[in-house]
Amino acid sequence: MIEAFSIAELATKVQSGAVSATEVAHDVIARIERYNGRFNALVSVEPARILAQAAAVDQKRARGEALGALAGVPIAIKDAICTEGESTTAGSKILRGYAPPYDATVIAKLRKADALLTGKTNMDEFAMGSSNENSAYGSAKNPWDDTRTPGGSSGGSAAAVASRMALGALGSDTGGSIRQPASLTGTVGVKPTYGRVSRYGLIAFASSLDQIGPFATDVRGSARLLEVIAGHDGHDATSLNVPIDGYELACSASLKGLRVGVPEEYFAEGLSPDVEGSVRAALARLESDGCIITPIKLPHTRFAVATYYVIATAEASSNLARFDGVRYGLRVASPSLGEMYGATRDAGFGKEVKRRILLGTFVLSAGYYDAYYLRAQKMRTLIRRDFEEAFKKVDVIASPTAPTTAFKLGEKADDPLAMYLSDIYTLPASLAGVPALSVPCGADQGGMPIGLQLVAPPLQESRLFTFASAVERHYAPTLPTGVQ
Amino acid sequence: MSRYEAVIGLEVHAQLLTRTKAFCSCATAFGAPPNTQVCPTCLGLPGALPVLNGKAVELAVRTALALDCAVRQESIFARKNYFYPDLPKGYQISQYDRPFSEHGHLDITVEKKGAEAVTKRAGITRVHMEEDAGKNTHDRGDVSVVDLNRSGTALVEIVGDPDLRSADEAVEYLKTVREILVFIGVNDGNLEEGSFRCDANVSIRPVGESKFGTRTELKNINSFKFVREAINYEIARQESVLECGGKIIQETRGWDEKASKTFSMRSKEEAQDYRYFPEPDLPPLVITEAFIETVRSTMPELPVAKRARFVRDHKQTPYAAQVLTTHPEVARFYEEAGALHGDFVKVGNFVQGEVLRDVRTSGLSATFPVTASQVAELLKLVDAGDISGKQAKEVYGKMVGTSKTPREWVSELGMQQVTDAAAINTVCQRVVDANPKQAEALKTGKVAMFGYFVGQVMKETKGSANPQMVNDALKRILGV
Ligand SMILES: [Zn+2]
Repeated sequence: MIEAFSIAELATKVQSGAVSATEVAHDVIARIERYNGRFNALVSVEPARILAQAAAVDQKRARGEALGALAGVPIAIKDAICTEGESTTAGSKILRGYAPPYDATVIAKLRKADALLTGKTNMDEFAMGSSNENSAYGSAKNPWDDTRTPGGSSGGSAAAVASRMALGALGSDTGGSIRQPASLTGTVGVKPTYGRVSRYGLIAFASSLDQIGPFATDVRGSARLLEVIAGHDGHDATSLNVPIDGYELACSASLKGLRVGVPEEYFAEGLSPDVEGSVRAALARLESDGCIITPIKLPHTRFAVATYYVIATAEASSNLARFDGVRYGLRVASPSLGEMYGATRDAGFGKEVKRRILLGTFVLSAGYYDAYYLRAQKMRTLIRRDFEEAFKKVDVIASPTAPTTAFKLGEKADDPLAMYLSDIYTLPASLAGVPALSVPCGADQGGMPIGLQLVAPPLQESRLFTFASAVERHYAPTLPTGVQ
Repeated sequence: MSRYEAVIGLEVHAQLLTRTKAFCSCATAFGAPPNTQVCPTCLGLPGALPVLNGKAVELAVRTALALDCAVRQESIFARKNYFYPDLPKGYQISQYDRPFSEHGHLDITVEKKGAEAVTKRAGITRVHMEEDAGKNTHDRGDVSVVDLNRSGTALVEIVGDPDLRSADEAVEYLKTVREILVFIGVNDGNLEEGSFRCDANVSIRPVGESKFGTRTELKNINSFKFVREAINYEIARQESVLECGGKIIQETRGWDEKASKTFSMRSKEEAQDYRYFPEPDLPPLVITEAFIETVRSTMPELPVAKRARFVRDHKQTPYAAQVLTTHPEVARFYEEAGALHGDFVKVGNFVQGEVLRDVRTSGLSATFPVTASQVAELLKLVDAGDISGKQAKEVYGKMVGTSKTPREWVSELGMQQVTDAAAINTVCQRVVDANPKQAEALKTGKVAMFGYFVGQVMKETKGSANPQMVNDALKRILGV
């Protein structure tokens, strides 16, 4: 049933009573039973909890109370976001069995909006990866082709939405972890302005880059979800105290006369011809809608990967220090404290996480800090300035989200550098802290989805929704075969 | 005379007296059952974030201003990374290369044998904010336990320049810092409970040498006595190492109270690389000029200024001013009673002579045996001649812990002085008449006999007659 609806449509049905939340819950549970074995999108599901939430929504309606904006809408949650009393492991063995004593702020907001939280989604361990292959639970799979990656790190969230085990999902994006999987699965994914959404309760990978954002089957759904989860939070000192715009309203705004910048640096070696073709075709359609397409320069783009991997790993090496076996999660009993730390972290962390902790520890070490971390911070400033300069001339920046469509699982698993390059188009916006979104704009010859990335100035998420809606009006992907 | 001179710099860690912790709203009260004043943030749970306590900033700025530091408009928090079970996040939020205040100084009084005390100015390198760790306990055999109630409590670290030259100077410096912090209400000065802690960097160099020698860091010494002993021990140890041709190793040393020795904890090679970097969870700390001015204008009076004022305005001796400022509450009590009574010297003497004996202080609070208004009223009764000074002490003893006024006690004890001249005259006449032999003796020159009559009168009146009036009446009757 739910696969026939968008988020807005389903919420309206539940609000009006045409469909009960309990019916939705049963349908969701049935779909999870049917598809999750194949796509491994959800790593923990508690049907009783889904039904209990649904019953509460139905009772609320029965009492005559108005229902929230996400009434009865099934939303899947990345496993890095804390849900009270429910397994939250960030895709890591070191947190197996861990259930936090508190809800993340975004979770509290979803509950208040009467959403149905359907379970926790698969992810690269601690959000470190671009293919979901670094999950302790095995990789999630792409609903368009289950031999291919759904992307990462929020691959499970993307796969859950693409296969309609949920109509929306929360992911987290540090260097592209929402946008790249959205692109690879034909879904809409939004990375808000840094500080737009509270990070309280998001298990940190790289604190200065992490942002929680929505996935949805359509642009309007993603706008509604962002409207629910955005806003200032007294628990997060980096959250911005600025009003939230009407994102859903922005979906129907006109884009006549608006300027779209196209960074030439993004159309370079490594970009697949199918992706380039689809993106350029989408841009041409925007032009026919009345937009002005302008080439722009983001000259420091080529330093983004190196900059990102210094800053993100530095912060991660510190953020992951708390997983020490003392208070929660895995503990490998050992004769001494030092050995316990070593054995616990050795057994609990996967290869990529260890690689990044080592890298991050190195770049912060005495004698290396200036050469790596400090330089990376300076480069980050230059990358941010690239965007500031560009936005003096254009309203949004459009580019491919990822250089290729979904690659085969295992294809890049042993080549971390090749894997890191798959985030090449998404990293700069993360480093600059500006909002960005991926919207489907076509498919390659094999039918795999292609995403268009839109980037806007800080706090101008509304523009993203306006442009993405236009892209969507020209091209909306069908459901993957086999999950209808 | 030693060939060497000691060079000492001190680091003080002082818990700020905020009701809640530095980065979460957990209570900071001392002595709660283990792990009951904790939340996701101070437990370091995954996903939890720090939010700075504004009150901690206010108290930190107050500290910086009291130490004449310059306050930086924009400072940043940094993470100090190391693993330890009492450090739940695996890093401590502190400040590193951009602390909120720097370049202050502190004047201490240095006593020299056989010479007048002199004032010495010691530099303050910096004052920065940071959070405290929890507490590990190792008294349960095979297991150690961790209490995180203290985790995340707001601290200031006060780093002093290496300007001190002896253990005595170091102790004086610490006492002065502690007194200032207590008087400005930012710290309770409790060394035993660890809310005021000290590390000492000690090195020696040949007298006349301007370069510093290799230093050792003495960690966590929890009394002024031990600070003096540890530094003196360390100076002597370093001298004997150098005298024997050895070299001082840069290391961290602890103080063994039982053996009265310092011992090596870890050398520089084993020293941690803390990998400081800016704390990404907290925006830069912006302290505006207006905020600084607000803090400055509400700054409690510093002890030095208070003492000077007591000497200048209240005509106290420097010694009395010192005694009356042993604790901010004592000073407050004295001033309150003085203002009610009007004569600060009399009140000061009574507070020093009687009240202080029974004052109990605990941290910033103090319990007094009587109220300031009781003291003022009591001394007014003496002034009015209603009771004698000696009786005042007796009334004070009775009044301790009660809410009765001095006047009520005086009448209850039947102490009301008889100041009725006629009544006193009658008693005196009677006593003189009853003792003709003694009166005769007095008249023939036995002056000491006058005291006998006074004693008899006081005995008859049970001590309630005004002594001056008794004197006058007897002199008149006896014609002396
Ligand atoms: Zn707390």
